[in-house]
Amino acid sequence: MLDLHPTGQASASAELGTSLRAGSGPSFDRKARLRLFNSAFKIACIAAAGFVCLILLCILFFMFRTGILTFRDVSFSEFFFSTNWDPENESYGALLFIFGTFALTALTLLFSVPFSVIIAIFLAEMTPAWLRNLLRPVLDLLVGIPSVVYGFLGMTLLVPMLRDLTGHELADGLLAASIVLTIMVLPTISRISDDAITAVPKKYRDASYALGSNRFQTIVRVVIPAASRGILYAVILGMARAIGETMAVVMVIGNTAQIADSLFKPTAVLTSNIVMQISSVEFDSTWNHALYMMGFLLLVISLLMIVVMRFLQQRGGKNA
Amino acid sequence: MTDRSASAPSAFGKRSGASAIYNRLFTGFVWFVGICVILFILGLLFLLLQKGLPKLTWDFLYGLPSEIEEGGGIGPALFNSFYVLFLSLAISIPLGLAAGIYLAEFAPDNKWIGLVRICVEGLSSVPSIIFGLFGIAIFVEMFQVGLTILGGAVSLAFLNLPVLTRVTEESIRAVPVEMKNASFALGSTHLQTIRRVLIPVALNGIITGICLVAGRAFGESAVIILTAGVTTSGSMWDFNLFSPGETLAVHLWYVQSEAIVPDAQEIAQKATAVLIFFVLLINVVFRVPLWLNGRKTKL
Amino acid sequence: MQAIIEIEKLNLFYGAFQALKNVSMEVPERAITAFIGPSGCGKSTLLRTLNRMNDMIQGTRIEGKIEIGGADIYSNDVHVETLRKKVGMVFQQPNPFPKSIYDNVAYGPRLHGIRKKQELDEIVESSLRSAALWDEVKDYLKRSALSLSGGQQQRMCIARALAVGPDILLMDEATSALDPISTLKIEELAQELKDKYTIVMVTHNMHQAARVSHQTVFFLNGEVVEYSDTEKLFSDPSDQRTEDYISGRFG
Repeated sequence: MLDLHPTGQASASAELGTSLRAGSGPSFDRKARLRLFNSAFKIACIAAAGFVCLILLCILFFMFRTGILTFRDVSFSEFFFSTNWDPENESYGALLFIFGTFALTALTLLFSVPFSVIIAIFLAEMTPAWLRNLLRPVLDLLVGIPSVVYGFLGMTLLVPMLRDLTGHELADGLLAASIVLTIMVLPTISRISDDAITAVPKKYRDASYALGSNRFQTIVRVVIPAASRGILYAVILGMARAIGETMAVVMVIGNTAQIADSLFKPTAVLTSNIVMQISSVEFDSTWNHALYMMGFLLLVISLLMIVVMRFLQQRGGKNA
Repeated sequence: MTDRSASAPSAFGKRSGASAIYNRLFTGFVWFVGICVILFILGLLFLLLQKGLPKLTWDFLYGLPSEIEEGGGIGPALFNSFYVLFLSLAISIPLGLAAGIYLAEFAPDNKWIGLVRICVEGLSSVPSIIFGLFGIAIFVEMFQVGLTILGGAVSLAFLNLPVLTRVTEESIRAVPVEMKNASFALGSTHLQTIRRVLIPVALNGIITGICLVAGRAFGESAVIILTAGVTTSGSMWDFNLFSPGETLAVHLWYVQSEAIVPDAQEIAQKATAVLIFFVLLINVVFRVPLWLNGRKTKL
Repeated sequence: MQAIIEIEKLNLFYGAFQALKNVSMEVPERAITAFIGPSGCGKSTLLRTLNRMNDMIQGTRIEGKIEIGGADIYSNDVHVETLRKKVGMVFQQPNPFPKSIYDNVAYGPRLHGIRKKQELDEIVESSLRSAALWDEVKDYLKRSALSLSGGQQQRMCIARALAVGPDILLMDEATSALDPISTLKIEELAQELKDKYTIVMVTHNMHQAARVSHQTVFFLNGEVVEYSDTEKLFSDPSDQRTEDYISGRFG
């Protein structure tokens, strides 16, 4: 080592002092270059972060600015409280879409949450290791399958199936859409819940078993409560996906501007209505503005959910 | 616990009573539901693939689409899918990584940065259609370029940016601080530490994120319909950024819902099979470096 | 012995909290100096000011002067990277990178611009030899460093610190996470290394300080209570508080 670092340990302390001072030694150029790279890199990172922020602000701004123009021609109460959507005749009641979105999301959660939690328990607590190692990647892959494929699946397999089962002529509607969405969000919710359940420390389980509880009691009274925050997070994530999903819904909901008072009645939701109508309207028309306003609503709903989620996480952090 | 008095006879005898029955019922129920649901979903996908896969031919993959006659292919749409995917990743990966590194390593700890984090997190779960609307406002209205590959790719990149930023930030934050200290104590600069320690250690998380984003971008249709349109330029290998940019996912929707070709159903089935195949392929391709990296860094 | 580190009236604040109060001392060259004291007394903080690792903690403020080899290390013309190259550090927990043993040890030299395979090989070998690890790992250099045992990991971390050619080696409770046998090995290693390097070690273990060091510094509540030759400090402390501590009355 001595030979390799001639200025190294052999130096008297004074020599060490000199070598510490900047601008000395043969590697000065290299140091200067490193400093330059460092600051250039930092500036690039700051610029990128700034750009991301700029995009976010732009999105909020554009959606809001275009959407708010709706209320030049349409009254606030008509937009939010009327169910009559007939843009050709100057009727812009968006309530039916808002209702459709919420109804669809609620139905989807109703179906998907119980199944997802059961699958999560199944994966985390009951399956032998080989099956778990097989199923987890399969579910991960299902998460990645494009929504349009799920839509196509619903359209060509589920809707005919529903038609045969129920005897309705048209099975398009909330029920079909919520089943498709359930199939779509189920892998997401169950995998995240699965991770949450797996993350419950073994000591809780040991404590419960040591007190003589059986598996059912341990899971229901100890494991699930301990993982509840993670499961809630998964549910909110699934909810966000259900609210915002477009193509899978478009293909099975029927796309008719009428309020859904039956599970089998063709209807429409915010997303499906936007995508079906946006390309056929003038940019500077009230119709278009109303569609942007609906987009803005979606934006606000999903941002609100994130705030709620953050709040939950923070409270969880304090409790833990 | 509830039947302590009931199970008296032998102190260590087999438990009987309600809780034991519940336990067995519960186990059986969970097994039953778990297997059924997973089999149901896989079965549906299998049915889809079974209809499409056997009919796949090279002509179909490579051929031009047809509006009226039977036998159209998906060549340009498939090409556009990869072209748009490539462009959007080329834009979003550098920006997303750099922004994530900034948030994880350089950002001061104040409430502005906290706000930025909430925004990034919020936007990473905003419905994709919002990004489509934004793309229309920017490309169709402001710049008047119409429905183009460029517009689609940039809008997709915006859709992916928040996700990539978050994933990068979280993966880098998850690197143990001891490793950072070790690197600094050896006299490395901040950039060297980021490049040689933080990124390699965080790579698994980052690549998983990129994989997720790439799969999503490949299958995304709402954004593409709004910003790149539902038609292609009709010729193969069209690198022009200003051509209309229908992708395979959009084509699947289009032939099924709007097209008038007689064999629409068959095209859709085959397109589905191709789509699923490529999504799986993307997953595999992106996981190879992850696996290699894992072999190098783990035991 | 000549002093290599001179600390003069050093005050250090974390925000409003004063972690070091008016510390003045000298560290002799090529010897082992031990910092002892109860936890939270500022011994690790002082150690971390010597290679400016405290810079990374937000809200740290420093008054006073630290000179290493006559250069004020907090002045503007000292590059912190050069300083850390010359003042190596070993941490409480072994902290190998998740890379191979070879890449771990070669990390520092590569940082500082050494690219040639042959040169790197030599540095890796000599560093591992100096850390008394070469014979145990020479056939497994490509294996992940995480596959080593805790004691081996810590010796590899020492080798990694030596590979950049430091003059001073800081050891921050480097044996506290290890078993007795590994601890003994590290202590023996320190004895060997002191011929070439100046070693400053923080330890919560008074026996270790007594066994290994030449000079011992006793800290209490951010102040240096006493510093002198190890023998004198343990056999004939001049301050009552030192006596209380080493006889186990508190801490």
